[in-house]
Amino acid sequence: MGTLKPIRTPENPPVAMHDHAMDHLRFIRETMEGASAFTAVPGFGGIAMGSTALFAALVAAQQPTPSRWLVVWLSEGVLALIIGIWAMARKAKSVNVPLFSRPGRKFALGLTPPMVAAALLTLTLYQDNLLAPLPGIWLILYGVGVVAAGTFSVRVVPAMGLCFMALGACALLGPEAWGNWLLAAGFGGLHTVFGMVIARRYGG
Amino acid sequence: MAKQSAWRRENPPRSAQPAANAAPELDRLIHERLRLGIVSALAVNESLTFSDLKRLLKSSDGNLSVHARKLEDAGYVACLKSFHGRTPRSEYRLTAVGRRALERYLAHMEALIRATREG
Repeated sequence: MGTLKPIRTPENPPVAMHDHAMDHLRFIRETMEGASAFTAVPGFGGIAMGSTALFAALVAAQQPTPSRWLVVWLSEGVLALIIGIWAMARKAKSVNVPLFSRPGRKFALGLTPPMVAAALLTLTLYQDNLLAPLPGIWLILYGVGVVAAGTFSVRVVPAMGLCFMALGACALLGPEAWGNWLLAAGFGGLHTVFGMVIARRYGG
Repeated sequence: MAKQSAWRRENPPRSAQPAANAAPELDRLIHERLRLGIVSALAVNESLTFSDLKRLLKSSDGNLSVHARKLEDAGYVACLKSFHGRTPRSEYRLTAVGRRALERYLAHMEALIRATREG
């Protein structure tokens, strides 16, 4: 035999008007935060990073020693990091979203571990005087970071990461002489091309 | 890529104007959850494709299509239809009317919260 239940139980009181309003405002904020993942990756920043990387590749190719070649690329890495953070902050500001809102945090958390791994491997290999695998390692680990960081972003971001990984594989498996030019193709070419796509389609 | 057509519904039809201009009343058009999501997502992006919106709002093709069309008919969003090779592509962006409607809606919600707290 079925039991009788009141239509409105005391456990489910009617939702107050201001709770509805709060809920809607929260939904708008969360949607904007989620959608700003589309804009968190700066296209123009990518183009700028690509340009400096192409210049760095030309300068690095003319260095007489592997150590100086490494210094050029490490300097480029620091410069690219500064450009990237500045461009992300600028883009976040343009859409009134804090730099380290949820999408920004996700991107940073995805990208940081592979970058730390790359730095440690660079240090270890430099101490052992083994610089030949560095271009492949940098490209693959940066690609891994971009794929991970871009999981919650538009498809073009992880696609860029996969392209970096493919170039990294070529650098690791190909002749040592290709290393510098594959770095140019990756950090220069891919950043520029994907930067243009992101800038055009995802608001700068 | 095939030649792109112009943005559709840049200027809202006359019938849509009352919904946008009825300031004291709650804008029912964007009060609905999915439509509010579309407008909010477009407010922080220059434009988004149908696939972007679908993924972002976790919506089905049919549902998103119906609600996007309602916003388009009201002049809140503009749609650009084009082809990538043989694949059709719809790209949406928020119009000035849509942005004003969202701002009014936000003000309305904030006023409701304020009124409840003060009352």
